[in-house]
Amino acid sequence: MTDLFLESEVERLLLEATTSRSRRVKNRLASLWMVGSLLVALVPLTLVIGYVLFKGAGEISLAWFTEDLPAITRKPGGGMGPAIVGTLLITAGAAILAVPLGILGAVYLHEYGGKTYTARLVRFMADVMTGVPSIVMGLFIYTVWTLQFGLEGIGGSLALACLMLPIIIRSTEEMLRLVPDELRQASYALGNRKWRTIITVVLPASFGGITSGVMIAIARAAGETAPLVFTIGAARNLNLDLFNGPMTALSVQIFGNAQTPFDAAQARAWGAALTLVGIVFIFTVLARVISARVARRHNA
Amino acid sequence: MPDDEQTRRSSLNPVTDEDIPNAEVSPMSSETLPATSITPTTAAAPVAARAAEIASDASAPNVVFDVRDLNVFYGAFKAVRDVNLSVHKHEITAFIGPSGCGKSTVLRCFDRMNDLIESARVEGQVLYHGVDLYDPRIDPVEVRKRIGMVFQKPNPFPKSIYDNIAFGPKISGSKENLDDVVEKALRQAALWDEVKDRLKKSAMGLSGGQQQRLCIARAIAVEPEVILMDEPCSALDPIATARIEDLMQELKSEYTILIVTHNMQQAARVSDRTAFFTTEVNPESDTRTGMLVEFDSTNTIFSAPSDERTENYVTGRFG
Ligand SMILES: Nc1ncnc2c1ncn2[C@@H]1O[C@H](COP(=O)(O)OP(=O)(O)OP(=O)(O)O)[C@@H](O)[C@H]1O
Ligand SMILES: [Mg+2]
Repeated sequence: MTDLFLESEVERLLLEATTSRSRRVKNRLASLWMVGSLLVALVPLTLVIGYVLFKGAGEISLAWFTEDLPAITRKPGGGMGPAIVGTLLITAGAAILAVPLGILGAVYLHEYGGKTYTARLVRFMADVMTGVPSIVMGLFIYTVWTLQFGLEGIGGSLALACLMLPIIIRSTEEMLRLVPDELRQASYALGNRKWRTIITVVLPASFGGITSGVMIAIARAAGETAPLVFTIGAARNLNLDLFNGPMTALSVQIFGNAQTPFDAAQARAWGAALTLVGIVFIFTVLARVISARVARRHNA
Repeated sequence: MPDDEQTRRSSLNPVTDEDIPNAEVSPMSSETLPATSITPTTAAAPVAARAAEIASDASAPNVVFDVRDLNVFYGAFKAVRDVNLSVHKHEITAFIGPSGCGKSTVLRCFDRMNDLIESARVEGQVLYHGVDLYDPRIDPVEVRKRIGMVFQKPNPFPKSIYDNIAFGPKISGSKENLDDVVEKALRQAALWDEVKDRLKKSAMGLSGGQQQRLCIARAIAVEPEVILMDEPCSALDPIATARIEDLMQELKSEYTILIVTHNMQQAARVSDRTAFFTTEVNPESDTRTGMLVEFDSTNTIFSAPSDERTENYVTGRFG
């Protein structure tokens, strides 16, 4: 008898209906608010991608990728070849400069520097540099490089590298911080030296996170215009040499063409925008795939 | 890389070679370990007496570690004071005592893991086959290759089971066949049968007890002479604990083992000698410093301890 009574009593207490009404209303409202915010946040994202696709898709053809820029932007025709190649080369150059330097810098900061004065100064400078507008990087490289050596692709790479470096340093350092100290201890306890512990344990354990940070920095740099306008010039023809003569890039072409009042040029700007989004998308997916595969090989 | 025990040791200590035994002394002989001195006296006297005994006993060939007047500081805080004890070859030495008395701190002195704690400072000597591990010329990395460590929390690398075990031999440039090394270590750690079909799978997918045995296998794969274990069973259930205890008994024939444990039955079951630590409060500065109260054969510590504090602790009466 008592048992039965107890059982039904427990049931009554546990039934959802007994939770107070205001509690349930609040719960509903909070859920709705979160879902609503997510939807609102998605609106600009989908609109941008949709609009770029809608406006730019018409431009894309084989000639778009292979032909040089037209001499007269007013009329349709020509392609974006030099700008696509320029973006790829200049960004690759920037990545080659900034990625190893940034990762090594972060390893120094987190694994060796710690709380020392130098490390704190470098960390502070990196934070400040993250906030420096990209046009300032462009101007800086313009004064120290372009005025000496003229307009060339490597100037753009240098400016983009300046932009990427602090992002890579800070994101990599955050990832190294996430590696549990127990793993380092386990490695030291086996008689592994510090540098080797970093290479064999710390970096593999944080590989995925570091790659993401690097990809964000590269994607950010690939879309930058301001650091390039002073440094790489405006070539119409394909130039594969980063160290000789002006080049052009997709971002610069978007900027230039969108400013003109001509329909053909504006369409070209949309096409370039779509191409840029496509390139960043492809590389992000590739990086994800590669880092997942490497992570699996290391951590499987 | 030197491969046999003899050269390994002499590479650490180029001067003396104490490995040649001059007299076979059984570890339990009454000469080295007086059965009892039951009269409970105050702290200092028996410790000093033991210290003298241990010092005289240290030249014995079966002494692996001889700790002399060890003091450890964290910054200005003195964590442990005046530890004197000796660890014998192919024995299991247990450290017991209340939380915070410095067991882990002392244990970390045996493979210089305290070096990794910035504020830690060590005074006194830890003689390893007569060589002071804290001699400034000693390379702590070489020390850790000979003295392995198993941590309280299992800490496998986020790599495959195989790579976890092969890690140590690879970094020390072992020329042996890695497959054989991995199999041997896993068999010794009584884990082989459970994992032989999934060596390439992540070690993170193992259960806690399996992970801990993996960590033991990883430590013995580099063929150290000594294994330090800091509460290796504290995260394990009784069955996994029993397996690790059995394992320790098997490993004893090849390795010298030091274990920190909170489980007194465990210390009584597995160890040959036991060191009991406690904390004493300094009335002036109100700081707590750990100290070694008694170090003797496990039998003596548990059945006839010479210090009242030891007796209270092992019988479950505290303070
Ligand atoms: N890294 C550290 N920095 C500063 N003080 C420390 C550090 N590690 C330990 N201590 C202090 O040293 C004393 C001994 O600590 P230790 O960890 O050796 O104790 P323990 O006997 O192992 O305790 P437990 O049984 O709880 O593991 C404690 O007072 C502790 O607060
Ligand atoms: Mg401890």
